[in-house]
Amino acid sequence: MSEITLTDTTVAPPATGAGTATGTRGARIGESASRPDGIPKVQGRFAYSADLWAEGMLWGHTLRSPHPSARITSIDIAPALRIPGVQAVLTADDVPGRRTYGLEIHDQPVFASDTIRYQGEPVACVAADHPETARRAAEAIVVTYEALEPLIDAEAAIEAPAIHPDGNVVRHLVIRHGDPTVTGDVTVEGTYEVGMQDQAPLGTEAGMAVPSDDGGVELYIATQWLHIDQAQVAASLDLPPEKVRLQLAGVGGAFGAREDVSLQIHLALLALHTGRPVKMVYDRAESFFGHVHRHPARMWYRHHATADGTIVNVEARLIFDGGAYASSSPAVIGNAACFAVGPYFTPNAHIDGWAMRTNNPPCGAMRGFGAVQTCFAHEAQMDKLADALGMDPIELRLRNALKTGDTLPTGQVITGTAPVAEVIRAVAEVPDAVSPTIDGRPMALPGGAGRTADPDGVVRGSGFAVGFKNIAFSEGFDDFSTARVRLDRGVATVTCACAEVGQGFVTIAQQFTREVLGVDEVVLAPADTTIGSAGSTSASRQTWMSGGAVKAAAEAVRERMLALVAADHGLAPGSLRVDDDRIVSDDGAVDLPVTEALGDRVVEETVEYHHEPTYPLDEHGQGDAHLSFAFVAHRAVVDVDPELGLCRLVDLVTSQDVGKVLNPLQLLGQLEGGAAQGVGLALMEEILVTDGTVRNASFTDYLIPTALDLPDLRVGELVEQPEPGAPFGAKGVGEPPTISSTPAVVAAVRAATGLALPRTPVRPSDIALAGIEAP
Amino acid sequence: MTVLLPDSLDRACAQLADHPEAHVLAGGTDLMVEVNFGHRRPEAVLSLARVPELKGWGRDGDTLVLGAGVTYTELCDPAIAELAPALAQAARTVGSPQIRNAGTIGGNLGTGSPAGDTLPVLAALDATVELVSVTGRRTLPLAEYCIGPKRTARDATEIIASVSVPVARGPQEYLKVGPRNAMVISVAGLAAVADIEGRRVAVGLGSVGPVPLRAPEAEAWVVDRIDWSAGRLVDPADATEFGSLVAAAARPIDDHRATADYRRHCVSVLARRALTRMFAA
Repeated sequence: MSEITLTDTTVAPPATGAGTATGTRGARIGESASRPDGIPKVQGRFAYSADLWAEGMLWGHTLRSPHPSARITSIDIAPALRIPGVQAVLTADDVPGRRTYGLEIHDQPVFASDTIRYQGEPVACVAADHPETARRAAEAIVVTYEALEPLIDAEAAIEAPAIHPDGNVVRHLVIRHGDPTVTGDVTVEGTYEVGMQDQAPLGTEAGMAVPSDDGGVELYIATQWLHIDQAQVAASLDLPPEKVRLQLAGVGGAFGAREDVSLQIHLALLALHTGRPVKMVYDRAESFFGHVHRHPARMWYRHHATADGTIVNVEARLIFDGGAYASSSPAVIGNAACFAVGPYFTPNAHIDGWAMRTNNPPCGAMRGFGAVQTCFAHEAQMDKLADALGMDPIELRLRNALKTGDTLPTGQVITGTAPVAEVIRAVAEVPDAVSPTIDGRPMALPGGAGRTADPDGVVRGSGFAVGFKNIAFSEGFDDFSTARVRLDRGVATVTCACAEVGQGFVTIAQQFTREVLGVDEVVLAPADTTIGSAGSTSASRQTWMSGGAVKAAAEAVRERMLALVAADHGLAPGSLRVDDDRIVSDDGAVDLPVTEALGDRVVEETVEYHHEPTYPLDEHGQGDAHLSFAFVAHRAVVDVDPELGLCRLVDLVTSQDVGKVLNPLQLLGQLEGGAAQGVGLALMEEILVTDGTVRNASFTDYLIPTALDLPDLRVGELVEQPEPGAPFGAKGVGEPPTISSTPAVVAAVRAATGLALPRTPVRPSDIALAGIEAP
Repeated sequence: MTVLLPDSLDRACAQLADHPEAHVLAGGTDLMVEVNFGHRRPEAVLSLARVPELKGWGRDGDTLVLGAGVTYTELCDPAIAELAPALAQAARTVGSPQIRNAGTIGGNLGTGSPAGDTLPVLAALDATVELVSVTGRRTLPLAEYCIGPKRTARDATEIIASVSVPVARGPQEYLKVGPRNAMVISVAGLAAVADIEGRRVAVGLGSVGPVPLRAPEAEAWVVDRIDWSAGRLVDPADATEFGSLVAAAARPIDDHRATADYRRHCVSVLARRALTRMFAA
């Protein structure tokens, strides 16, 4: 394995890693620890998975279906095999084990053999000496398709003939709570739509598989969850899991896109088939077809409230288009339904949630995971309700804000912190920073560099939104992480399979270990499958789960260390404690540096950390399904050129329920990045799908916000109420910023234009052509 | 793949005559995207990076001559911007700083996309394109140069040497609609240039037809609506009618970037605003 260039993909701190050099005090809890991989990334030295290289390696390429729905009548690989340099051409027949995979349900073929269910579905893969040869060989494979009419409407799919043996309904979840027939003095109703968003990580899917001597395979891969990849790859290869060893390669962003298998099984098959290392890198266009997206949704809502603005009942029907395969649709619709009414006390509710199969691109995990879609709808409803009541929208939200002890529509009583009113007030208290006059500089107006707007024609609006979601896995899933801490001559080494995808586990692991053990030097071993699972880097769970595992392992090491030192001094176990970087006894008789306390004795502990159990939802959608909740609010100010429908976000304010700020700098990064993704969904980000066919699989036409589209995020007072049970009281922070930013921005556009705008992203024509009769 | 690296325009022409299949590479901001997407797999590339004659620009009387290698960043330079303000405005809308540093006006012409940002300006300015080859030189008016979407009158053995436009004789405007505030392909672009002495307004339209379009009816109509000695619209409300007339000249289509209706609507708004900025602001 020595010929494989992997050095910088590990997150072990290089010599330049801030705060880790011997003799330097490393950052503890609450300090802005710099990322050990930060400087290499900025300098371009960090090796991403696309930079993997091995002597004698081959290049893989995937052949994908151009049709969203078709029958395959024949596949002829002979022309591809005849191309010099081609080493393998594999189809479904070459999958020795399980021919399907999937996160929750194994319903997705490794290669389509007879039925195509979405455009871009893999049909074959090729390994060749050169990437261009591989590409041409894939093109040379002759596949005969009989194109079929694609099923493209998720609502129609409920009654339509099944496009998959498992049927079209992936999950139908009904939540019935209280008396759903209750009505109030005021009723507001609306139907809302959310377009298909892409995670758009800057690093496309990439990895390398290397055959090993024992007949197994080593897979270097950018992923969110090594062990679930391992399980799926092993099943398809028909190998025991221990023969499929995965190591995390440098991850260029994930946001949910790397939770499902993409090229993992293909790479491993090619490596085993050829006996050589095989590398594969998707280009941007292929990446759009190679991973799942955020579910498009159509959502009908009816809110009932009393005249004083107390919500008494919410009815909702949620149709989520999961595309061709299940992916994480069951959990996504679970979240969507559970959080459908928003962070508001709702005594009666009837939520009807559907996750559907269609011939559209498969959809699954993306930052916010189901809560993003419903937040767009429930926040629009809250504004509509405020309007109907003649009430201030913030006042309405405060009046109904959830708090600890309240019961959710699932019947679950919130036992942890629920500072909804606090995050609302924290945002509301931030004064308007932007001058009330429209900034006249052309570049600052809607349309920006295009110089389209004149200041006179620009209108401004402000919008407010609140959202929430669960932390960690729910509905009875046995959620755990594993960590090992080894203390050797004052240096702690942390081993954990937690995938660092940018979220900052690399600093959290170091900070937690330093805090517990009192050492400064903390080395992170590569993340791989030689240790137990860390679970997925998703669901805002890793700070709690893998952080919790690291903390518990470090505590176990600390207790053994203290016991050894106590014995050295003839003291009873329990008479010593760690005080900053020293081991001390209460009477002052013992006081020595942690780094010297053990001499050359090594202490190592491995801990599997489970969170408190959660429970499935029953037939009425009732149950203690969730561990913890995080709340967030945004206020947006948008300038709009109503004639052209162009928008310019000029101010964005947030506050978040974080439990405890662990790393202020990394937290700010999450708040900014998450909000940017939410702004993108509000104003531009959408995969356009027509008749099952993607029309904008490129960054030329799938637009994400640039620096000119995002003002500096202003963070109000963060709400720090320690969450019981969470390590150091901290809640995960990664997803909430994406949840309420979208509805806040769209609410601001509504306020500026007076238009209903029930759909996100808001297209320029939705504004510009509103009220103009089609010719 | 063959890469040709001529160091003079003569040698570039000679090599292109020998390799008419070669793709001509200037800044690469179009070609490399096409290659990366697999839309083009060139067997040969002729790079203009070392051809000195294409760099730089100059003024010849009332004519601004721009070497094909002049970058968008250079077009934004005040020295050029003063002589061709709309060209500078159009160049500023292109991509990001990195793209503007690499991309050239010759490349914009070479690609000949209806969405090319400088093309509506060149159309409005009645620019002429100078093409050279081993057999000689010829100049073509832009209207004859652009013959279809990404199709031009350039022969495979010809190199775009320069483009010439008259220096500004009155106010100019370039406005471009895109759903992002920067780094976005034009959904609709409009150039308007005035010749105060010659009492003419010319309009160029981008992304609303197979080639950059003019709006002759609107141009003719507006002449009498302007008090040329004052440089003002007689009735500022006429800008609206001007917008409608310009929009009538657009031939937009529906595609994944926008609908034809929205594009036509944009043209009408942009034309009104451009005229107002030039003659009523």
